[in-house]
Amino acid sequence: MEKFTKLRAVAAPLLRANIDTDAIIPSREMKAVSKTGLADGLFAGWRYRTIGGRDPNPDFVLNQPAYAGTRILLGGENFGCGSSREHAVWALFEFGIRAVVAPSFSPIFYGNCIRNGIVPVRLPADQIATIAAQVESDPPTQRVTVDLERSLVVAPDGSEHAFEIEPEAREMLLEGLDAIDLTLRSRAAIDAFLVRDRRLRPWIYELPRARTP
Amino acid sequence: MTTLFEKLWMQHVVAELPGGAALIAIDRIFLHERTGSIALKSLRERGRMVVDPARVFCTMDHIVDTFPGRGDATRMPGGTAFIVETRAAARESGIHLFDVRDSDQGIVHVISPELGIVLPGTTVVCPDSHTCTQGAMGAFAWGIGSTEAEHALATGTLRVTRPRTMRIRFEGKLAPGVTAKDLSLAVISRWGSAGGNGYVVEYAGSAIRSLEIEARLTLCNMATEFSAVTGLIAPDDRTFEYLAGRRFAPKGERWDAAVAAWRKLRSDDDAQFDVEYRIDVDDLAPMITWGTSPQHAVEVTGAVPTLERSGATREAYERALAYMGLSAGTVLADLPIDAAFIGSCTNSRLSDLRRAAALLRGRKVARGVKAICVPGSMAVKRAAEAEGLHEVFTAAGFEWRESGCSMCFYAGGESFGRRQRVVSSTNRNFESRQGPETRTHIASPETVAASAIAGRIADPRRLAALH
Ligand code: SF4
Repeated sequence: MEKFTKLRAVAAPLLRANIDTDAIIPSREMKAVSKTGLADGLFAGWRYRTIGGRDPNPDFVLNQPAYAGTRILLGGENFGCGSSREHAVWALFEFGIRAVVAPSFSPIFYGNCIRNGIVPVRLPADQIATIAAQVESDPPTQRVTVDLERSLVVAPDGSEHAFEIEPEAREMLLEGLDAIDLTLRSRAAIDAFLVRDRRLRPWIYELPRARTP
Repeated sequence: MTTLFEKLWMQHVVAELPGGAALIAIDRIFLHERTGSIALKSLRERGRMVVDPARVFCTMDHIVDTFPGRGDATRMPGGTAFIVETRAAARESGIHLFDVRDSDQGIVHVISPELGIVLPGTTVVCPDSHTCTQGAMGAFAWGIGSTEAEHALATGTLRVTRPRTMRIRFEGKLAPGVTAKDLSLAVISRWGSAGGNGYVVEYAGSAIRSLEIEARLTLCNMATEFSAVTGLIAPDDRTFEYLAGRRFAPKGERWDAAVAAWRKLRSDDDAQFDVEYRIDVDDLAPMITWGTSPQHAVEVTGAVPTLERSGATREAYERALAYMGLSAGTVLADLPIDAAFIGSCTNSRLSDLRRAAALLRGRKVARGVKAICVPGSMAVKRAAEAEGLHEVFTAAGFEWRESGCSMCFYAGGESFGRRQRVVSSTNRNFESRQGPETRTHIASPETVAASAIAGRIADPRRLAALH
């Protein structure tokens, strides 16, 4: 997984509440069993004029020339709600987004971000609104910094906004760690748990093998 | 002093991790062809194995067609590849597969309880947000992403940050015509679609004790629409009766030992929750959504609220009204509809179909209304047909389908169409959820049936009184 330490970049405000994963990547845009080939379908329902089409809607923020090269999204409350599809995060990543700043996130989306190198930053809505207003005055120059090492967002005017992130999530993002590798370091604990639990709850483990068709 | 959730948590801690997280043992993993296929494929590409395939299950529910005589062909563009690849990956890894033509096929959250896969006291994960449904059985069951599913498959564990706890007590007795679906819409409209964010929500109280298992599943189903980590209901005799003899449930002595252990799975009388709410259910009425978030819900006899009373921001409110083609003060019961849908992991079980059929019997769907009923599993379908319910639905003018998610969501295949107004027993009324620009109103199966007959949004209690 790609490491994240600090990023200064163009940020795009998309402040509406409850942006769901269907809006981030519509079902119809997930055309193959794959984690890639999704960037084109990102926000497709808003980004293009017609369903399934590719004619850009000039009103949508990511289509505006001033927001070219956006790598940070400023979002509204309950960002990433709805379907658990990780494709939403894969699409954001492939598009170039490396951090999403929002007042709150859906729990599944939040976890998916951390496992794919996108920093989910929680800041109060009024602080995000202030940052967005600064960005909007001239997006290409009014850049936002997400500093994960110091757990800070630096607004275009230089003001610093501290955010909280779980220690393990922070470490995984900073180091680009693979969670499976990390967990397999605890293999002895897992084995010990299973020995104990098989005695306590044998019915959990005594399932018939799959019928081979 | 301990809550039910804390008991479940402590029984599954393999190791403590820094920052209040823990490595949690996972008892059951469920996959489906839409999001599970990618997890199995990616696991194989990374050279890892499924650690205990006997505890992993997979169904074909999301993309599979629901038309009679279906096979691997599906109306969703590219959909067949998902089915074929999932089948190959499932066979290769030796997990249980409920394939397109399997007699136990159905929607994951319908068949898991039905087959006794989810049990009280288990941890269950699935790369699907409505996994919270299964918390109704007294399990810690929650939706995850595909990468986490890979982790669970490869290690039998997940790294989880411990959620906070909330309890909602439902006290009193539900009036006739008011259902678990109305309870969940009442909760979300009262405390908002982010109201449960960060919490495991235990549903408790006298009204929950008297709910049948299928209704409890409906209630827990929409915990994710409340943004909760999951919903949870303490298991009781109803739960044990429901599970006894199911295909994957323990049998004989093992069953007795399991039930003895499950009886301890309840919050202690002095348990402390981070947040507690209470709802008196006596006065609740059937609910229906007017907007594009599940929190945009009012009584079926009500009207679209003003901005001030909607609980939404101005932008969200105006956007929702424009999308739905409504304005403040519009009385919902007057709105003509184009379609009616009964199905989904929320409301597609036998009891749902029975209650809808009771209203449809001897009546006809209004002219011009497209009406569809999709049983949640093949077992539900067989049981319904044994009672003759399919004849009631088809005589009324409903299509009667094979089981699956069907038009609960739009994936480029079948859709209700632009600006079509649909009353639906599903769980999400997001923009374009059931088709491009389709206008979804979520309600109970009773309200869907009554509305289908009236050709406009209708209060099922009035129809019941006539009957
Ligand atoms: S029925 Fe709908 S909500 Fe339920 S699992 Fe299927 S697509 Fe998801």
